[in-house]
Amino acid sequence: MILLLAIVVGSLYAGGLYMIMRRVLIKLIIGLALLAHASNLLIFTASGLIRGRAALVPAGGSLDFRQVADPLPQALALTAIVIGFGVLAFALALVQRTYQVVGSDDLDQIRSTDT
Amino acid sequence: MNSVLLATAARLFKPLLLLVSVFVLLRGHDEPGGGFVGGLLGASAYALDAVTRNTGSARRKLPLAPHVLLGAGLLMAAASGLPALLQGEPFLTAQRYEAALPFALQITLSTVLLFDAGVYVVVMGAALLIMFTLGEEQI
Amino acid sequence: MLTITIAPFLVAILAPAICRFTPRACGWILALLPLGLVLYLASLAPTVWNGQTVVATTSWAPSLGLDLAFRLDGLGLLFALLITGIGVIVVFYSGGYLAGHRHLGRYYVALLMFLGSMLGVVLADNVILLFVFWELTSITSYLLIGFDHEREAARNGALQALLVTGTGGLALLAGLLMAAQITGTYQISGLLAGGDLLRDHPLYPAVLALILLGAFTKSAQFPFHFWLPNAMEAPTPASAYLHAATMVKAGVYLLARLTPALGGTDLWWWTVTLTGAVTMLAGAWLALRKTDLKQILAYSTISVLGILTLLLGIGDEAAWTAMAIYLVAHGLYKGALFLVAGAVDHEAGTRDITRLGGLRSSMPMTAIAALAAGVSMAGLPPMVGFIGKELVLEASMRQQGMITLTAAVAAAGALLFAAAGLAAVRPFFGAAGSPPKDPHEAPLTLWLGPLLLAGSGLLLGLAPGWMNAAAASAAGAIAGSPSPPVKLALFHGFNTALLLSLLTAAAGTALYLGCARLRKLAMPQWGPAGWYDAALDGVMSLAAAQTRILQNGYLRYYLLTMIAATVGLTGYAIARLTALPLGANLGDVQFHEVVLVIVILVSVAVAVRSPSSVTAVAALGVVGLGMALIFVLFGAPDLAMTQVVVDILTVVLLVLVLHSLPQVSRPTKPGPRFRDASVASSAGLLIGLLVLGTAAIEHPADSARYFIENSLPLAGGRNVVNVILADFRVLDTLGEVTVIAVAAVGVFALRRLRERPGEKS
Repeated sequence: MILLLAIVVGSLYAGGLYMIMRRVLIKLIIGLALLAHASNLLIFTASGLIRGRAALVPAGGSLDFRQVADPLPQALALTAIVIGFGVLAFALALVQRTYQVVGSDDLDQIRSTDT
Repeated sequence: MNSVLLATAARLFKPLLLLVSVFVLLRGHDEPGGGFVGGLLGASAYALDAVTRNTGSARRKLPLAPHVLLGAGLLMAAASGLPALLQGEPFLTAQRYEAALPFALQITLSTVLLFDAGVYVVVMGAALLIMFTLGEEQI
Repeated sequence: MLTITIAPFLVAILAPAICRFTPRACGWILALLPLGLVLYLASLAPTVWNGQTVVATTSWAPSLGLDLAFRLDGLGLLFALLITGIGVIVVFYSGGYLAGHRHLGRYYVALLMFLGSMLGVVLADNVILLFVFWELTSITSYLLIGFDHEREAARNGALQALLVTGTGGLALLAGLLMAAQITGTYQISGLLAGGDLLRDHPLYPAVLALILLGAFTKSAQFPFHFWLPNAMEAPTPASAYLHAATMVKAGVYLLARLTPALGGTDLWWWTVTLTGAVTMLAGAWLALRKTDLKQILAYSTISVLGILTLLLGIGDEAAWTAMAIYLVAHGLYKGALFLVAGAVDHEAGTRDITRLGGLRSSMPMTAIAALAAGVSMAGLPPMVGFIGKELVLEASMRQQGMITLTAAVAAAGALLFAAAGLAAVRPFFGAAGSPPKDPHEAPLTLWLGPLLLAGSGLLLGLAPGWMNAAAASAAGAIAGSPSPPVKLALFHGFNTALLLSLLTAAAGTALYLGCARLRKLAMPQWGPAGWYDAALDGVMSLAAAQTRILQNGYLRYYLLTMIAATVGLTGYAIARLTALPLGANLGDVQFHEVVLVIVILVSVAVAVRSPSSVTAVAALGVVGLGMALIFVLFGAPDLAMTQVVVDILTVVLLVLVLHSLPQVSRPTKPGPRFRDASVASSAGLLIGLLVLGTAAIEHPADSARYFIENSLPLAGGRNVVNVILADFRVLDTLGEVTVIAVAAVGVFALRRLRERPGEKS
């Protein structure tokens, strides 16, 4: 399965990177979103895959740490997902604002910081 | 998007979603859930409103402005670290208080819950602030 | 001792307020600080002269070997007294010289900070601390040279001084750190004790070269001397203080201080002595060719710095004693002459000696001070300069078979004699000149200082015995062992040195009379200053070229460069690994997983290829949901829930914003598109390989064990992910929610920006 997920992560990165190299602002945003997915999945996959068992300790019992998914990368990815949302929103606001000021969504027209 | 059907559904869903979001927050310590998901769910309750009608009405229905939520949530989260200081422990060390209620009920209060509630409020406030701000642009 | 180093900095903070409160008296008030320091140091003097050292250490960053360690010995005391003593005079003189200047407060901030830094240099007993103060003197010097920052010459002079001494400072840091590594201590006194270790180390030449570079740039030794004349753009009292009496002596101090660690080798002898000799002759020769008073003084200062360096190169008891005395003598007479030059400039409106003359009748007090200081500079009795010069000559004669050395010193003496005439006699005697202003006597603040300095020179010349203890203990500190007592006298009897003195005086008189002809001699126009300019131009055009290439303003080229570079470097590293540990294993794949992966891949392709943004956003939503499903399948319900909600919110947000953006596609040409696609694909391939590589790492990690086993007992929670977020790593989470809050506020602020009044949206 890791082979398949490696393909997914690789494709997400390839797609995201390709998109952020386009000229149009909105493609930049979609590229960023793809890259966010890619990074989350990379952290998740790299920590080892265990099917179906979450790190939830049963009431009154104990849990064998070898049998469940590693909780630490999950905690990392969880905040990363939410922060990724915040960053995407910020990028969107920036794009919108840029378009209003510069009057173009062409990145090649936005070469200078003085508008 | 002015769909009567969706608007009616949204009106029914909103309290339900809010309830679910608080439930998700509270059970987070033992079952899947927690402040992050809870806050996002809470925000989506209002986001539904914003999409079906308009952000202005959604905003008016909110008892507190989103940026007030942001500040309040951060304060809650940070305040949850203070009791530990009183005990002479490092900032944010978890503290638990068992309280006996009448009728043989036990209740456990912990700073962890306060912290998670703070996360809930921050995330909800942030998501709403973003939705309202960006949503208003198009009108 | 920490207090006396910090006190000038504290007073510097108050200086602007004092100057605003009482602009007329602030020079006198601020002069109380160095006066207090002089008295304090004087109270310690008997202890130090008895052969003891005063040590004070405050811990700063012990893990870095960094202590606020100060140590006062004979050498440090000599310099410290010079710094604070001349400091008193310069501080109150400045009050008169810059009276009414609107940035007087700013000037005093830099001047007092310099005073503190310079004290720090000579008192520090830790190499890092020494370096910090050393650089502070460079920076304050920069501020003072560029004080008159509205003139281009001042700015250029300041930058040049900073670049030259700053570069030297970096070399010095490298050298000091190497020395500290070799000897195993950052303490300077410890470093000196480990001198044998240093001298026998194979890296000794490198250490020596680096440290000498630092010292030579600071003390304006040839070929780095060119910054000092340009530094004359500073206000004259600052020039007197920094670029004659103290800062340029820091390099000399460093050589003296490190003599026990680095000195005594042939390499040292030849490098230091030769550099000193060349500087001594070149500086004195160039001084005679100038007509600006400050330029003459600057070049003669270079020459004297050369003499001091030469003495340290020679490195025996006689040379060290001569160094100590000549240091004091030079500080007194050169400080006085600079202040005189300032007074003349102030009152007559020019410093050009061809336009000055006969000022003695209109400025009698200034003339007396100038004459006294000039006599000392010329090396004539009864001034302390005479004693100094005699000692230098004697020290040079003690070198067996080095008759050229003596000759060189004597020649420099003659040249300096003539320069003294130009600086101290020429403007005050002879026929009246044609200055732009009608000259009259300077106010008390302007003539009292030079008179005091010149008077001290006379006093020490008449009673040289007062310097016996100071000279002996300074020489002892340089030697690293107690030194035999020194007996100084004005008159040494009729000996070779006296004869040489007479000769130099005669030759000097001849040079003085013929100096107008000397100026006409052709001299090559190139020199180290030209090299400096060429180097600076080179750096500038290199920077311009690389900016043109790299900072072209096209975002996608920046990204392309970064991605391609990362792929190239990482790919190279991975290719070098002998066997890539691939944990590929397809055996356990289930049908629904394959379907899920295919859906995700197709959605990614649609998101990338679709010409319509709405379709792309929808595809993006599908990708997000696919992520959530993966999280569900592999035991991460918390992630899955969060992902689903975020995904919905993201799509809603994108749809909301899409309306306000145009729906134009801007197709790029196939060529660049192919280039971007191949770079992006190879990056994806690389990361895919990386993921496969991680499969070989042993799971689960130790951290997983800790968190899972302790979640319930320690934190009372059964959802380990949430416990990590809200308990174990709660401070991180607090930081993360803050980031989210900041992002939201940022979005809000961007909108507010649009609604600024007076701006059309």
